[in-house]
Amino acid sequence: MSVALPEGFEDLAPFSDWVLHGERARYDKRVNSTMDELQAFYDAAMPRLDDACEYLEQYSMDELPDEAVNLLWMMCSLVTVSFPVEVWRQPRVPDAGASSLDAVVEPAI
Amino acid sequence: MPHFPKPAEGSWTEHYPHLSTAPSSYEDSISPEFYELERRAIFQRAWLNVGRVEQLGRVGSYFTKEIDAAGTSIIVVRSGPDEYRAFHNICRHRGNKLVWNDFPGEETAGTCRNFTCKYHGWRYALDGELTFVQQEEEFFGLDKADYPLAAVQIDTWEGWLFVNLDPGNQTPLREYLGALGKGLEGYPFEKLTQVHKYRAEIHSNWKLFIDAFTEFYHAPVLHVRQAVAEESAKLQKYGYEALHYELDGPHGVVSSWGGMSPPKDLSMVKPIERVLRSGLFGPWDAPDLGLQGTLPSQNRANSPVWGLDSFLFFPNWMLLIWKPNWVLTYHYWPTSYNTHVFEGTCYFVPPKTARERLAQELAVVTFKEYGLQDGNTLEATQRMIEANTPVKTFPLNDQEIMIRHLHTTVQQWVADYARASAPAQV
Repeated sequence: MSVALPEGFEDLAPFSDWVLHGERARYDKRVNSTMDELQAFYDAAMPRLDDACEYLEQYSMDELPDEAVNLLWMMCSLVTVSFPVEVWRQPRVPDAGASSLDAVVEPAI
Repeated sequence: MPHFPKPAEGSWTEHYPHLSTAPSSYEDSISPEFYELERRAIFQRAWLNVGRVEQLGRVGSYFTKEIDAAGTSIIVVRSGPDEYRAFHNICRHRGNKLVWNDFPGEETAGTCRNFTCKYHGWRYALDGELTFVQQEEEFFGLDKADYPLAAVQIDTWEGWLFVNLDPGNQTPLREYLGALGKGLEGYPFEKLTQVHKYRAEIHSNWKLFIDAFTEFYHAPVLHVRQAVAEESAKLQKYGYEALHYELDGPHGVVSSWGGMSPPKDLSMVKPIERVLRSGLFGPWDAPDLGLQGTLPSQNRANSPVWGLDSFLFFPNWMLLIWKPNWVLTYHYWPTSYNTHVFEGTCYFVPPKTARERLAQELAVVTFKEYGLQDGNTLEATQRMIEANTPVKTFPLNDQEIMIRHLHTTVQQWVADYARASAPAQV
């Protein structure tokens, strides 16, 4: 399934599987990915984060068009993968074993 | 050489004469028998925070709360425009759980005009009155007025909902929250309606997690791999000192520096933090809450480097108020002597733009990653304090004063309760 991203962000289309609603889904994808996969997504998305913020700032939160919401969720995924890529070199935080801390209330967007 | 001044007695701990400086025991955290005493002496008697009024948006909005430690499930409902009520979640007919969905042991929430029992259709108004009995004429002299829902004391403080499961409780909520609570009145919590809530089942006694979150002595060590390498080394060398500790009845606060929001030197933080201007201490660009300076319970040391205050409102609610105008709460709900449910909830001003939304997301996810390390470490502690080893007492340093205070307070409440409920000597 292809997910629409705003014009100018076509380079991120190969990573549209990171357009995920909810921190739970984003975290699940992270811990079920390899470091190579996380690194590839990070390397593509991180240089575009500033541009994405600039693009998203045109809109207020309650009038985001669908493709802007998709871009926001992809950048939320970038936040999720930034920890392993920037610091730990592993998908899970060190010494966290099998423990979980699950989102039970999250903003709609 | 301390970086921040301590009380005249030379230490925070000795400033409070009821606290010892001797090594501590964790007997109160490894015993099923002691836990049973805590349930009766503390969780069935203290005011317990169960959430915020914004969770109950309109008349008829309700949520249920499983309070295992107090041995019950309750319903909390907005019963009028500015009226909240709480009830034991039990039908007066044959004891069925009144409000639940699919799984009897799980919490639920919703909005309704009245509560209807799934079993035989008995109905209760939002004020708890029994209004309908199926085939009422089959009963023997049943007067509906005699069978309202069993009420639980409820009150609000600054929009926070509290219940007290002791029908004989005489202490008003505001009095219970003491001077530390009073000194936070007027904080615009109601403006922080953007909520992210997390939940975990933790394999440790409930007090061990409070212990972990009321001392930051562990932070530069346990979380060493969370920061960039150079910064981690520096943090570990400095260690941790709080700006101020203050105990108030069973409650307490630790006030801390907040050098990371924003950091003095951008090379101290991760690349994504530099772009999104956010991190563990929250978004660096604080929204305007209309506050003039700080409230009396905030930044008690009046320090220019102040960054947050972590309040423990006894027994199981922590309220963290961060300088960049956001709030984090922790609830610790015991489920046995060596397990509990942990809830961490972040409250922000609703973001105006997606950039602000991303800055909040980074703060939330950072909290989660730290929390995962903390929670898992507790299991390691619980396992060994329960293990068959000769190690029975543990030294606590001055930055661990809140731990002494919590365990001392718990033991005091249990002893007071035991004394009060002991049969009178003839």
